[in-house]
Amino acid sequence: MLEVAALNTFYGQAHILTDIALTVGGNEVVALLGRNGAGKSTTIKSIMGLVRPRSGSIVYDGEEILGAPAFRVCRLGIGYVPEERRIFTELTVEENLEVGRRPARENAPEWTVERLFHLFPNLAERRRQAGGRLSGGEQQMLTIARTLMGNPRLVLLDEPSEGIAPLIVEQMARVIAEMKREGLAVLISEQNLHFSRLVSDRAVIIEKGAVRFAGTFADLDADPEIAKTTLAI
Amino acid sequence: MGFYFAQFLTGLANASSLFLIASGLSIIFGVTRIVNFAHGSLYMLGAYFAYTLITTLDAGGFGFWTGVILAALIVAVIGAVIEILVLRRIYRAPELFQLVATFGVLLIIQDVTLAIWGAEDLLGPRAPGLSRAVRIFGEPIPEYDIALIIIGPVVLGLIWLLFSRTRWGVLVRAATQDREMVGALGVNQRWLFTSAFMVGAFLAGLGGALQVPRESVSLLMDLSIIGEAFVVVVIGGMGSVTGAFVAAVIISVLNAFGVLVFPQISLVLPFLVMAVVLIVRPYGLFGTAASAHGPPTVPEAPMKPMSIAGIAVVAAAVALVALLPRLDDGFILVLMIDVLIAMLFAASLHFLMGVGGMVSFGHAAYFGLGAYAAALAVKALGLPMLAAMAFGPLVAALGAMIFGWFCVRLSGVYLAMLTLAAAQILWGVTFQWQSVTGGDDGILGVWPARWASSKPAFFYLALVLSVAGLVLIRHLAHSPFGYVLRGGRDSPIRTEAIGIDLRAHQWLGFILAGAFAGLAGVLFAFSKGSVFPDALSIGQSIDGLIMVLLGGVQALIGPIFGASAFVLLEDYISRLDYWRAILGGVILVIVLAAPNGIAGGLSGLWQLVRGGRKTGERA
Repeated sequence: MLEVAALNTFYGQAHILTDIALTVGGNEVVALLGRNGAGKSTTIKSIMGLVRPRSGSIVYDGEEILGAPAFRVCRLGIGYVPEERRIFTELTVEENLEVGRRPARENAPEWTVERLFHLFPNLAERRRQAGGRLSGGEQQMLTIARTLMGNPRLVLLDEPSEGIAPLIVEQMARVIAEMKREGLAVLISEQNLHFSRLVSDRAVIIEKGAVRFAGTFADLDADPEIAKTTLAI
Repeated sequence: MGFYFAQFLTGLANASSLFLIASGLSIIFGVTRIVNFAHGSLYMLGAYFAYTLITTLDAGGFGFWTGVILAALIVAVIGAVIEILVLRRIYRAPELFQLVATFGVLLIIQDVTLAIWGAEDLLGPRAPGLSRAVRIFGEPIPEYDIALIIIGPVVLGLIWLLFSRTRWGVLVRAATQDREMVGALGVNQRWLFTSAFMVGAFLAGLGGALQVPRESVSLLMDLSIIGEAFVVVVIGGMGSVTGAFVAAVIISVLNAFGVLVFPQISLVLPFLVMAVVLIVRPYGLFGTAASAHGPPTVPEAPMKPMSIAGIAVVAAAVALVALLPRLDDGFILVLMIDVLIAMLFAASLHFLMGVGGMVSFGHAAYFGLGAYAAALAVKALGLPMLAAMAFGPLVAALGAMIFGWFCVRLSGVYLAMLTLAAAQILWGVTFQWQSVTGGDDGILGVWPARWASSKPAFFYLALVLSVAGLVLIRHLAHSPFGYVLRGGRDSPIRTEAIGIDLRAHQWLGFILAGAFAGLAGVLFAFSKGSVFPDALSIGQSIDGLIMVLLGGVQALIGPIFGASAFVLLEDYISRLDYWRAILGGVILVIVLAAPNGIAGGLSGLWQLVRGGRKTGERA
């Protein structure tokens, strides 16, 4: 479904991503692992079109999307959940969802406000409250719900377990499992190996902007050196 | 009692049109982050189109209101054209570019309006059915004023419905907070921005059209309203429509009563209120801090000290200029003095903005303070020229010290607006305080001392002082003090985190920039032999911004090129018909085609010649 090859991204003169390659199959959950500053967020932003890569290719559903603006990438069926949540603080929960609403898509699950409120009961109770008044965990749920309103086929989740309470992390894991059950493909950037093992099928590890490992968690466990040298454990 | 109530109603009626234009400005700023200087022009166009439509359509009530609405719709379409042709290309540019570009649009619209409708003021018909007055508490109140008092809140209600009950409104509010995220959720920001700009333009056009029965339609409508509209938007909080309404009412009602107590207050009062509000609430009454998720900005390239070769070239250029009086002691010399003064003024502004990161829309305040102080020192205190020349920059520095203390507490657009307010307050004072400043007549007979009275002698004096000023500014920029300012410009939080009192440094930077501008003003006063309030006008501030922009913000040498180019260009084209449109066109071409200015363009060429790699990303 998503094939990234030889992706190079720069911030000014600084070379951030070097020849990144990764794939996400339809209905597959892939974890993008790496330390702080390894280039996980930049990879996700490059795919989304929020950062413009200098070279490489990003093929989604057979179509080259490198260089396309973010709104087009979204309309093709890629949803983006940013690391810092970026809730519209002065809009109500319902209005936040409205911003994310897109028409239904063939071969993608269709989400409605009511369905999402069923999945996230906390949000339902606060549907008329301003987004800025929600707790951190509720905001994290809202940002996922907002993205699902666009009926995506592939969701890019940037560090969903970052800075939220353990209880919410559990809920997050259930939500990701639900997305997989619905037939979505998911790319999660994570620092937390345990959490990613719980929710994903495969792992890609990047270090200093380059891919160091790609394979199953069994492969990763076979060589403990890899995780030890590339992840903060 | 009746009289005061009538005065109150007049204030409310004035508030309506002020609210209409300010709400449009606020909506446009909220979504696009552009401070639209041309918004007053849209207001003026609304009045002109309404005049033409009302007088062509039949004179009944139907024709009047249709004319008003049609005029506003035409202005909305014009707004869309401006947004698509100009603004869309500069959303990622620094504030300075955006402001100057919209000023270019303002100049063009001024000349186009002049070409279509002529220079004569046009007196529109009264609104049919509302042309009489009713008596309230015994005082006559024009019926049309009452209609306006109703229209204001009605429009506020409609805007509120639009923003809270439609998907478009939700998207606009979301984009006001975080444009990039809205884009990542599949919304094409381009059309969102264009439509928001159209709504803003419609409101400005409506405000102008509704003024037709109240005041004569003239070419001065654009600049006379824009200052107050800015003030209203800033007091209300940029991006807040409710804030714009509350602020418009406050300003208009205060004005209506203020003029009873102190007739001269009207020029100064709005800016005074704004200064007070900004100090108490830095984001205005209803505003919040703008989202940090703006467009990605390209980090500024570090400024490099000049090489030995560069210093040699500059020294040679100065020596060459110094030979000028041998060639000609008339017109060219006068023009060169103007260029030198402009260079110093532009360099002081560049120091504030490029090095200090503090964008000023009112730098003329200190230029004018220097000029007035020197003129008064000669005329009122009887000081000799050199003493007056020292007195000018001191007074300018003192002024910058007072206003700067407030200004450095703000940042970004709010800082720029407060500098504008400071300049407008001073302008109002010089304009009104006739017994000291001579008001509109200015101060005449400010001539240099005998030894400097010949043109070549004054030229050398100007050359020595300007070059000394420029060298000093350069030196400051490369001193540890300059590093602190640049550090504060690029990352205020980190600068403070390493133990630097950034505010104190910025304050000192503000004072120094004011003093150098004051020196330029002093030279200006003695070279012209007179000072007028124009020296502190918005126009003078904008001239400085255009010079900095022409030269390019990123190099210290920029303002020198920019000032020369601007003075020579203005000298040439101001003799032509429609020179405003030409100047506006030149500005737009530069903003859109050469965003790095002349110095940036030259250094780009130089690097091409040397085959070197381009540094940084060129947008």
